[in-house]
Amino acid sequence: MNGPFAFTLALGDDALIAAQRLAEWTTRAPEMEEDIALANIALDQLGAARLLLSYAGELEGAGRDEDALAYLREDREFRNCLLVELPNGDFAVTMAKLLVLSAYQLPLYTALAGCPDERLAAIGAKARKESAYHLDHATLWVKRLGDGTEESHRRMQSGIDQVWPYAHELFAARPDTPVDPATLRAEFDAAVGAVLAEATIAVPDSGWAPAGGRDGVHTEHLSYLLAEMQVLHRAHPGAHW
Amino acid sequence: MPTPGRTGEPRSRVVAPVTGAREAVAAVVDPEIRVVTIDDLGVLRSVQEDPGTGRVVVTITPTYTGCPAMDVIRADIRRALAAAGHPDAEVRTVHSPAWSTDWISDAGRAKLAAAGIAPPAPVRRDGVVALALAVRCPRCGSPETEQISRFGSTACKALWRCRACAEPFDHVKAL
Repeated sequence: MNGPFAFTLALGDDALIAAQRLAEWTTRAPEMEEDIALANIALDQLGAARLLLSYAGELEGAGRDEDALAYLREDREFRNCLLVELPNGDFAVTMAKLLVLSAYQLPLYTALAGCPDERLAAIGAKARKESAYHLDHATLWVKRLGDGTEESHRRMQSGIDQVWPYAHELFAARPDTPVDPATLRAEFDAAVGAVLAEATIAVPDSGWAPAGGRDGVHTEHLSYLLAEMQVLHRAHPGAHW
Repeated sequence: MPTPGRTGEPRSRVVAPVTGAREAVAAVVDPEIRVVTIDDLGVLRSVQEDPGTGRVVVTITPTYTGCPAMDVIRADIRRALAAAGHPDAEVRTVHSPAWSTDWISDAGRAKLAAAGIAPPAPVRRDGVVALALAVRCPRCGSPETEQISRFGSTACKALWRCRACAEPFDHVKAL
């Protein structure tokens, strides 16, 4: 895979798989407002995914459109980070995942907005506004749960502990790409560190750093997610509303 | 195409008879907030004629990346132009510059408020964090309001409540 294609595909896959996971909360969120919130955030992620995958298909030049890339690839062909494919867990785990994802996507899209590739710059400029709102939302909940009751604190700390090892993969150096994710780590650490401190949540020991998503080596969770996401399109090729 | 849900609703979303391409497109109503046009919202960026082919080229931009109304808006634009004598129009979607609620026209803001939807405050340009301004109740005008939900019935809205008249209302989030 060439550099720009692989980079754009990875970002599109992050957004697509995050959207699919978040959508699983629909009708199951702890309150009505949160049901609407998670569905809206999923919709934003899906919007970014469609733009990124459409552009990735053009960069590849093999005639694959957004649907071909989303619905007709096998698990080993996906390039999303492991973080987004992890199961939702309880609400605190989901908010921990959203905090890490949005605190990564915000500086990433912001940097992308200034890159020389006009298409990626336009997508970045658009998506960063939405990521900022997602980060605000996750921040509110992590603080509320972390600095809440004994039980909510225990669950929030557990959520961060479960998710944190998967944050490191996001910032693996890719110096040949429009934005090297390694350059975003300091901003991420500062933003998330401030939120966790106010939430009275301890930053976990970062010794374990599972990775492989960018090379197509995923957890078993992705395969089940794809089976559900792709079944209709594969059973009825070309189906539309 | 789905059939109209209410009896008597016109099939075309064009609000008035028009002849010019620009007027035809500007009159297309937003499918989710049906009191404003895509021109009021700033979704419509330009209507131009290709000098070579004579085809009308319409450029639009989404409010949010995942806005599910875009497909309907494209179809409505083509239908409005066909009715105005331009059956082979092209609709292009651009993402840069990114849409901002500052592009909602004064007329659009007045229409939103009249429909019970609080329009957005101007977006601060000099900082990352938006200043929390009081949102006035679109029904009674009171500034004594509170946010119920940060997200609402469409991607661009949040749900608020007035503490004075106790009515809930939609608010278009500043973006």
